[in-house]
Amino acid sequence: MLAFILRRLVQSVIVMLTVALVAFALFRFVGDPIASMVGQETTLAERAELRDALGLNDPFLVQFWSFIARAVQGDFGISYRLQQPVMELILSRLPATLELALVSGVLAFVFGVGFGVYTALRRGNWLSGSIMTVSLIGVSLPTFLIGVLLIWVFAVELQWLPSFGRGDTVYVGDWWRTGLLTESGRASLILPAITLGLYQMTLIMRLVRAEMLEVLRTDYIKFARARGLSSRAVNFGHALKNTLVPVITITGLQMGSIIAFSIITETVFQWPGVGALFINSVRFVDVPVMAAYLMLIALVFVVINLIVDLLYYAVDPRLRVDRANARH
Amino acid sequence: MFTKPILQTARSGLMMGVAAAALVVAGTVAEAETIRWARVADALTMDPHSQNEGPTHTLNHHIYETLVGRADDGSLTPRLATEWAISEEDDTVWVFQIREGVTFHDGTPMTTEDVVFSLDRARTPPSGMAALHAAVQEVTAVDDTTVHIRMSGPAPLYVQNLTNTFIMSKAWAEENGVATAPNFAAGEEAYSVRNTNGTGPYMLVERDPEVRTVLRAFEGHWDDAPAVTEIIYTPITEAATRVAALLSGEVDIVQDVPVQDIARLEQTAGVRVVRGPENRNIFFSYDMTSESLASSNAEGNPFAVPEVREAMALAIDRNAIQQVVMRGESQPSAAPLPPFVNGWTEEMDAFGDPDIERAQELMAEAGFPDGFSVQLDCPNDRYLNDESICQALVGMLARIDIQVDLNAQTRSLHFPLIENWETDFYLLGWGVPTFDSQYVFDFLVHTREGSYGSFNGSRYSNPELDQKIQALATMTDLEERDALIAEIWDEVMEERIFLNVHNQVLAYAMRDGINLDVHPENQPKMTTVTFD
Repeated sequence: MLAFILRRLVQSVIVMLTVALVAFALFRFVGDPIASMVGQETTLAERAELRDALGLNDPFLVQFWSFIARAVQGDFGISYRLQQPVMELILSRLPATLELALVSGVLAFVFGVGFGVYTALRRGNWLSGSIMTVSLIGVSLPTFLIGVLLIWVFAVELQWLPSFGRGDTVYVGDWWRTGLLTESGRASLILPAITLGLYQMTLIMRLVRAEMLEVLRTDYIKFARARGLSSRAVNFGHALKNTLVPVITITGLQMGSIIAFSIITETVFQWPGVGALFINSVRFVDVPVMAAYLMLIALVFVVINLIVDLLYYAVDPRLRVDRANARH
Repeated sequence: MFTKPILQTARSGLMMGVAAAALVVAGTVAEAETIRWARVADALTMDPHSQNEGPTHTLNHHIYETLVGRADDGSLTPRLATEWAISEEDDTVWVFQIREGVTFHDGTPMTTEDVVFSLDRARTPPSGMAALHAAVQEVTAVDDTTVHIRMSGPAPLYVQNLTNTFIMSKAWAEENGVATAPNFAAGEEAYSVRNTNGTGPYMLVERDPEVRTVLRAFEGHWDDAPAVTEIIYTPITEAATRVAALLSGEVDIVQDVPVQDIARLEQTAGVRVVRGPENRNIFFSYDMTSESLASSNAEGNPFAVPEVREAMALAIDRNAIQQVVMRGESQPSAAPLPPFVNGWTEEMDAFGDPDIERAQELMAEAGFPDGFSVQLDCPNDRYLNDESICQALVGMLARIDIQVDLNAQTRSLHFPLIENWETDFYLLGWGVPTFDSQYVFDFLVHTREGSYGSFNGSRYSNPELDQKIQALATMTDLEERDALIAEIWDEVMEERIFLNVHNQVLAYAMRDGINLDVHPENQPKMTTVTFD
């Protein structure tokens, strides 16, 4: 077990280093940060001086090495754009993104499972039909458009919900700022959460529906019906329970992408999370923030995968036997 | 802040506005009035000297004050200085009379020592303002109300460089370890990035970078109390969301209105749009000096041939660009400088109809009867519809057989091309913060050397003209100086160094009942807001 964990940890470190290397290689094509850092009156000599002071003229590997050396000490430098320490900046934005991701993840799961079960059980009725059709729109429309449409309907026309921002926030503990405890914060969360979760919801719904249809055809369901169990006990006690294993796995893995892909939703709704921070940093060529963000996202995926692997290892005895036989 | 309450405050705000207007007539102002103000980007820092950048200055103008201000018509107005003049004894010295009875937000009085300290801080690297004060040799406080600025030579226009240089408290800066401007390379956050102590009409109450900034009127301010007593400033990056926030009543003023939305907003009840010329003109320029062009199939350098440049000037259809690309929101012009800048003339501004036949003749005369190919470099996120302007030009030049290969990319990739002389043909927008032609000549016309010509992507180099440009800096006889400016412009226009397209027009959208004029530097001040 310990050897397995250690091996996975070493692999995770290699993944992180690879991500950092690829990210650094890409930064060379994003542009010159100096152009957006200084005014137009700055002379060429002064620009060159600043570029030198920031180490932008150093060879690629030197820049990469100094980034890694500082990053392992938790020092990601200072933002070129906002002049604040990058770590502090990202930590202050992270709660907004995590809350949004969590709420939209929960929404996607609850509605996805609910709709999935309904459409599986009531095949052919008009409501199922319309849910399936709407869900098609959910997967095919780009997130940006969904966001703008929702803003238009619910903020501009109906004026029920705010069109941008996170509303009022309060501190829970030292640095976690939450919008969940204020009325305006909760209202602000609705539209972005729907926008971000719609795709995942559709995915889960279709998965649940397909699995349900599969399970409902199996012999033990037929047998359960023959025993005269109530359809409620059959559908929820037996059928749904057996479909949920793959659904939970997928949902867990999707959490990573919800966090990573919140960029567009955050931009449309001016949601002050790390995704919007990243986009603004790209526009400004704020290399320290971009590097730290990409490392963070890599870390999220690595950690989720690590947990999933460990859970499999704990849950599935076959895996243990296989590995023991393989003598890794 | 959420829907229902917002609508209510908006409505009651409107009522209060009416009430306040009535009270003004009666002689007293008592009601509180909040303005919720949205624009595309946040200020980068609250430090008064760290960044020479538009949105940063715009917000800081509410908290800090400058010696002289810039009015909506571009003229200079007294602010912390009541009078300014070049010393009668010594033409290298500027004399400023400093306003009395000004206090900082922390209650301490502002002295000439603070002025000296601030100007020194602003002109010392790593301050972003240093380049504007490069000619300053010494700043001294002569007495309690007079400050002398000694220049390296006569500098008749130096006062124009002071409109964005803010005055801060010496004691406060020293106490908080920010006696010099924050350094990018230093690696830590300076106190002044999120804390302020200015003399301006508003105090910083809350600063949440890129989320919201709240300012409240400073009661100890020397000037008349503004109608707006509270400002809630929110950056909203996405254009569609910005407009939606105005339409839903969540913000009162939107500063950066997308061109395509102006017409629609004007027809929306409860919303009005104001327009005005911006201090920025958009032009094309080309490498007219190199032996050959890297991106062209032509032998030699076609842009070096005057006939080719003239043919291009005849092929561009500025009115079509205005109508189709800009939807009417621009001022087509042949002069590469905005109309309120000293040195602008109507003759420079005027242009005739495109004449393709004549242009084709000129191309043939120049030895390019079959045209040539060239790459056009263009930013796609810096100016209003920049990429579309370039696309339009591609079509127009195709009519005289110049095959243009468009390379549109983000600003941080585009501008280094000009800086490094890696572009043959490019689009550039230029604002003139000093409101004087010399600024254009210094950066765009003078041979690239030292602090001159850093944006001279045409590689144009004319030693005779360089001498004239340098002479402008120290000429104190303004009439003589204006004549020299006209002479230089004649040469520049004759040589066709720039192929100008238009001057940008700014549009602000706001709720009905709010009055705010467009500021040519795009630095609106909420102190100038009035309510119907």
